[in-house]
This record gives sequence, C-alpha cells and structure tokens, in this order.
Amino acid sequence: MRVLQSAISRRGLLGGGLASGFLLAFHLPTYGASEPVRGPGDTKGKFAPNAFIRIDPAGKTTLVMPQVEMGQGVYTSVAMILAEELDADYQQVVLEHAPPNDKLYGNPTFGIQVTGNSNSIRAFWKPLREAGAAARAMLIQAAAQQWKVDPASCTAVNGQVRHTGSGRKLGFGTLAGAASRLAPPKNPPLKDPKDFTLIGKSLKRLDTLHKVDGGVVYGIDVMLPGMKFATLAASPVFGGKVAHVDPSVANRIPGVRKVIVLDDMVAVVGDHMWAAQQGLRALDITWNEGPNAGVSSADIWQHLRKASEGNGAVAKNVGDVEKALSQGERYEAAYELPFLAHATMEPLNCTVQLKPDSCEIWLGTQVLSRVQGTVATLTGLPIEKVTARNHLIGGGFGRRLEPDMALSAVRVAQHLDGEPVKVVWTREEDVQHDIYRPVYRDTIAATLSGGKIAAFKYKVTGSSVIARWLPPAFQHGIDIDAIDSAVDMPYDIAHLRVEYVRAEPPAVPTGFWRGVGPNNNVFAIECFMDELARKAGQDPIAFRRAMLGKSPRLLAALDLVVEKSNWGKPLPARAGRGVSVQPSFGSFIATVVEAEVDAQGEVGLRRVTSAVDTGIAVNPDTIVAQLQGGLIFGLTAALYGEVTVKNGRVQQSNFNDYRMLRIDQIPPIEVYVIKSGEAPGGIGETGATAAPPALRNAIYAATGIALRRLPIDRDVLAGRKPA
Amino acid sequence: MSQPMRLTINGEVRTLEAPEDMPLLWVLRDLLGLTGTKFGCGIAQCGACTVHIDGKPVRSCMLPVSAVGNRRVTTIEGIGATPAGAKVQKAWLDLEVVQCGYCQSGQIMSAAALLEAMPNPDDADIDAAMAGNICRCGTYVRIRAAIKRAAGGSGA
Repeated sequence: MRVLQSAISRRGLLGGGLASGFLLAFHLPTYGASEPVRGPGDTKGKFAPNAFIRIDPAGKTTLVMPQVEMGQGVYTSVAMILAEELDADYQQVVLEHAPPNDKLYGNPTFGIQVTGNSNSIRAFWKPLREAGAAARAMLIQAAAQQWKVDPASCTAVNGQVRHTGSGRKLGFGTLAGAASRLAPPKNPPLKDPKDFTLIGKSLKRLDTLHKVDGGVVYGIDVMLPGMKFATLAASPVFGGKVAHVDPSVANRIPGVRKVIVLDDMVAVVGDHMWAAQQGLRALDITWNEGPNAGVSSADIWQHLRKASEGNGAVAKNVGDVEKALSQGERYEAAYELPFLAHATMEPLNCTVQLKPDSCEIWLGTQVLSRVQGTVATLTGLPIEKVTARNHLIGGGFGRRLEPDMALSAVRVAQHLDGEPVKVVWTREEDVQHDIYRPVYRDTIAATLSGGKIAAFKYKVTGSSVIARWLPPAFQHGIDIDAIDSAVDMPYDIAHLRVEYVRAEPPAVPTGFWRGVGPNNNVFAIECFMDELARKAGQDPIAFRRAMLGKSPRLLAALDLVVEKSNWGKPLPARAGRGVSVQPSFGSFIATVVEAEVDAQGEVGLRRVTSAVDTGIAVNPDTIVAQLQGGLIFGLTAALYGEVTVKNGRVQQSNFNDYRMLRIDQIPPIEVYVIKSGEAPGGIGETGATAAPPALRNAIYAATGIALRRLPIDRDVLAGRKPA
Repeated sequence: MSQPMRLTINGEVRTLEAPEDMPLLWVLRDLLGLTGTKFGCGIAQCGACTVHIDGKPVRSCMLPVSAVGNRRVTTIEGIGATPAGAKVQKAWLDLEVVQCGYCQSGQIMSAAALLEAMPNPDDADIDAAMAGNICRCGTYVRIRAAIKRAAGGSGA
C-alpha cells in the first residue's frame, strides 16, 4: 500500500474532468499492464512475452486473468480480447487466475489489483489488445525469420502463422522457442475493429462448464489434508469486545477441537463445520458492548439529516445556481437510501495454513494483492512468504473488495499449530458483520423555465468509502465516487451545482456495493426528474428528451426503450410505467419498468425493458446477462433492501428477514444492445443502478405517490401512512 | 456421538462416521469432500444446498444425516447421470444461464426434480418449483427459459 500511496502523491490526482466511472479520473502509473514484462516464474520453456500470455512448445496457450471472475463474465471477455489480437485458437485457450502482483496485474486505473467499478474492460481494453498484438507480431517475426521471408507476407490465424505466398504454416507452439528470443515490439499494430473475428460475438463462456456439475472449486470448497473447520462470532454490537466466555461447554461437543477467544471475536475450530457451529452456539459469550450499544437507526438518520443541512464541498459549479434558483418557483426534494448488505451467495470464507515462516491462504477476493499485503503486515512475514490463491467467486458485489475475511481467518490460524483451517462465516454473521452500502441523503432544489430545468442544485450527504479505502483519492473534501453520475448528469442545464457532505454514520462500517456512487445519484436525480416533469405538465420521456441534446447516445437508448416498452400504451388502473436514464460507467442506458400496486400496497413487476449503448460489446450476450441480473439486483434492493440497527446491532440476519426477489416475482426482462463502435463501457453495475428509479417512477405513475425513500414503503402505498 | 453409517450417494455406497444430527450438507461437504452442494443460509431459505433424496428435492442444510436412512442421495456431482439432469445441465450451458454459479447446483437440482415429476412445466409450474432457490446474480429469466428448453421446447 505504501508504494501505491507514494505513487499517487507523486502524480497527483483529479487531473481533468470527472468522466463517468469515477476512477477514470485517475491517472495512476500503469505499472506493467501495457509494457512487456516477463512473467513471475511459471514461464520456463514457454513463450511469455508479457504478463498475460504463455505458449508452450506443444502450442498450449494459457491466458492469465488480471481481473477476477465473480459471474460478470470477465474471464470470457478478457480471453476474447487477448485471443483476438493474438489470433490464438480461442477454443483451445486455458485460463489461469493471476497471482498477487500489482506490477504485472495491477488495474491500470487503480494501480493495484482491483476488480470493481465495472471497469475491467474499460481499463484493460488497450493493454490486453497490445499484449495480444505484440505476441502475434513476435510469432510472425519468428516464422518469417525461419522461412526467410518478409514478415509482412505472413499472417496469423487460429494459433498458426501462415505465409501468404507459399501457403506454409507453423503452429504457435513450434514458434514459441524462437519467438522467446525476440524483443517485444513497441506499439504493435492493433487490428481494425472491422477485422475482429471474436470480439462482438456472443461466444460461449469459458468459466461455466463445471459450474453446472459441481466441479468448480470456489474458495469455500477448498479441501486440504488434515484441514480443520472453523466458524466465528464477532460482537453483535459494532465495536464490542469479548468480556467473558466459558469455553468448556463447547469443548464437550463431539468434533470440537478448540475454542479461540480473541479480544473482539470468538472462533470455534472443529472436525467439520457442523461441530464448529454447534460449539459456537453452545457458548454463552458476554460482550463488553462499548460505546455503540445505544446506537439505533433513528440516531443514524438524525445524524445524516443534520449533516445534510450544512454546505458541502463543491464538486461542480456551472453558471450561477443561487441566482437562477431565486427566479421562478423553486422545487425541492430530499431522497434517502438505506444501509444494504451484499449477501453474496457464497458466504465469506478463507482457508489458511500458517506456519512459523510462511502463510498460505485460499479465498475468492476482488483485491488479491491487498489481501496478501495485509496478511503480511498482520503476521509480520515478508510478503514473498505469504501465498495468496484466488478462486472463481460466488458473488462479489463489492463485499470482496475488503480483506477482513482473510484477516480474521489468519487470526484464528495464529492459535493453531500449523494445520490448515477453513474459516466459514454463517449467513447470520455475513449479514450482521457486512461492510454496508452507506445510508445517503440527497437534497435537490430546482427551477423550471420554458418546460426545461433552469437551475439544479444537488447535494449528496453520506459516508466516504473512498476516504477509507483509497485515502489519497479523497481530496478537497470530495468523494469522487459519491458524486459520480451527478457531476456528469446527462441533462443540458445552464445552472448546475453539485456538492458533497461527508457524514460517517455512527457505528456502522461502510463499503462499496454494486452500483457504487451512481446507485445513489441516478436514483435521486431520475426520481426528481419525474417530479419536475409533472410540475412542467410533461410526459417523463418528452421532458427528458428535450434536455438530452448533448448526449446523443443516451437519447438513442431512450428512443429505443420507448419503442420497445410500448410507452404510452394504456395500462390497467394502478399500473404504470417509469423510466430512468443514466450515463454511468461509460455505458448509456435507458430503462422502463412496468409495475402495478395493489390495495395493500404490494408492488407487482409486470415488465422491464432496457436499451444499452455500451460501446463495442466484446460479448453481447454477456452485456444482456449482466443487465438482466443487475436489474433484478436493483429491483431487489428497491423492493426489500434495508439493514436497520437497534442497540448497536444489525436487526436482519438471514434471507428470511433480508429478502431477495425470487423467480415467481420476476417479470419478462428484455435488453436491447445498440451496435456501437465507441470504446467499451462498463456493464456489471449498470442494471443495479437503472432499476430502482425506474420502478419508483412506475409506482409514481401508477399511484401518484412520489416515494422519496427506499425500500418501497407498502404502508405509504396502501394509504396506511402519510407519504 | 458419532455413529457409523452407510449412505448411498450417486449410486455409490459410502461408509462414514458422523453425529446423527449432523445435516447432510456438512456430511457431503466436509466428510465426503462432495463440495458441489453449497452452503448458503443454513435455514432452508435459499436452496443452494438442494440434493435429491429418492429423486425428490430436499434442502440438505436442515436434513439430519440420520434421517436419510437407506434412501438414495443424488447430488450435483451425480445428477448428470440422470436423463433430466443431463438435459438441464445442457440447457443451462446452451442458454448461458450461469453467472457466478454458486447457487446453480441447487437450481439445477430443483429443475431436474421438476422435470422428473412434470415433463412439460409451464411458467407457473416453474415458478412454484423454483421459488425456493435464490440467485443473487439474478439469472431467473434464463432459468425459466432453460427449463423450457430442457423440457423440449425452444426456450428462446
């Protein structure tokens, strides 16, 4: 981490405008991503022109994945980009997880190994193409030398180099040795996109074959000889400490091997998870609950609302907002979003084998090098003595951007005698000790003129995850994630001001959650757009269209979704359509949700339609899948998602009280991908961001009730409670 | 106390010792190394742990191993050997249902049991049979289509 921070301070941050996707604003040193660097040691006897490509003499082509696969399809897309420029035989490539190594596999926008913010393809598009192209150029040169012909007369196709004149062919494997002795070219020529043979096709995913037969090993599935199993309990009150526990009750349970009492948690180690769980349940732990024992949701909201009254740091200021707001009728609203848990289907886990001079860890993480570094610091071991192995991940959604599950597992292992231990969190522990999507409050004031927005003042109040997670990026009081998709809101508004107030909630730790900053901002802005449209006496589509002149890609998406969703066609009573548009993560998306509200305030989903311009769609079917799933993720949050706190404890615990949408609630979901030659945008988070405001606007259309908080309040919709 | 017992799993007889109240889930995963069956919630709310007992879908996280008796246990590792299971697996891949994949063992077990019991389910049948399986990635739309495809429709 020290390397990263000094590198950042040398370069300085926040150079130009805040492009959509906050981290595009960074220009961190890109380390080795695009420069040819020899591999870390698995390259013996192979052609390894850079960190990503290994070709052995038999022709086996191994592609090393810098980004982690947690369902978003990135292993397939990364392999397609590399294989495209390399002209490898895509059907035969073998994929490998990258080891921890920021220099070789650091995300170009972060400078460290991070998979998040929907930026894998945006960040790696060019480096991967260059890596593939350089390798192809070297293989061609090696063949040309052997044939004593001009390299320009040779081409590469499907893992072979061919000489155009003579029809001679050599496989990549045969050329591997000779190519290894060549210097990688600078600026190798990239393909013209019209010549792509892989990119743009919905090729089969490379990670799923053994996900349907139980063969994939996720972190939680790691089995080692002599392994023990453990589960743990942290203080139910945030920040509490263990006051007293009598381990003898647990020790009497068959299969329990050890009770480990640390200052802030208790773990039970057993012969299997059942023994560990039974042991932990048997313990009567007295906690010293500490200063947070009195904190409840009401205090947290009061704290947030109070903080939102102050002026914020100015993130964007165009025209003269105050003056423009003083002319004409002023409309105001405040929107509030709750804490959310991630609830990845694979509960948090980490397997550790700690010996006096080494530590091996197995897990699925979005931040492999950070896990390795933090474990090295904790154990005092030199970093090269900490081996961290990544796995296919059973859901990330931002939760696995934190190393806490590795740290607690290593702390358990510190009390064992070198035997491997798999530490698995129960679902209850996972929900109650998440690192939560922050509560936010967004306050907006606006005026209208001639049916358009004249002035728009927008203030975000909430926790700064960036300030904790990447401190050097928090500058001038502005969290560049928290204002993402607000400072670059797509509407053409003459007087616009965006402010940010940092307000850390008492007690509750906060982190990134699918959709990150845009999730909050797109919700507040798009909800308010519908309220303003009504003030202006306009249809929500027409109102938006008139102000999207400077965003033609978004306008095209909006027009397409209007057509596909049957916008304007009559609906039954208490049914409505709602729209949202967003420029987030470099993708331009318009979404229409059709919903109905019954007399009890229950909301039924009728139909969802999205149109997306994500630039070049590396694998169009992946774009569709990510939107389908992301929309459901967002709808789940809008309909059910809320973590509440009472007496310093999270009140929810499992899927019975932290609900998920199920298949019987899912309407038809259609996604239309617009063909585009623009640079690829991000996609993983976009649906989660798009759905909640579109649903809320559908409810507004159906009922006339302008909900301003999530999740949907059924009491308000049923008239049992005032809006 | 641990008891010696015999289980028939995927057509194979396995002998082991386990506490009688130990859920089948942990017997499969931690004692037998059959890790395809997943832990998701521990309270039969998510369906990730679904296995078949004599062909019927059961949440293994709450099924004491002693309750299995002589009945046949089928897990995701063995479901491909059944005609319905093989069709479901193929449809899952053909329609690219899978994202993170963690819940899909359970989804596939529930879907295979549905097709065993009901060769041509409609949307309502599918919803009723699959509502016990949570997918956090939101693959439900494709699950519905894939079940229809496995049943012999186009599943487009």
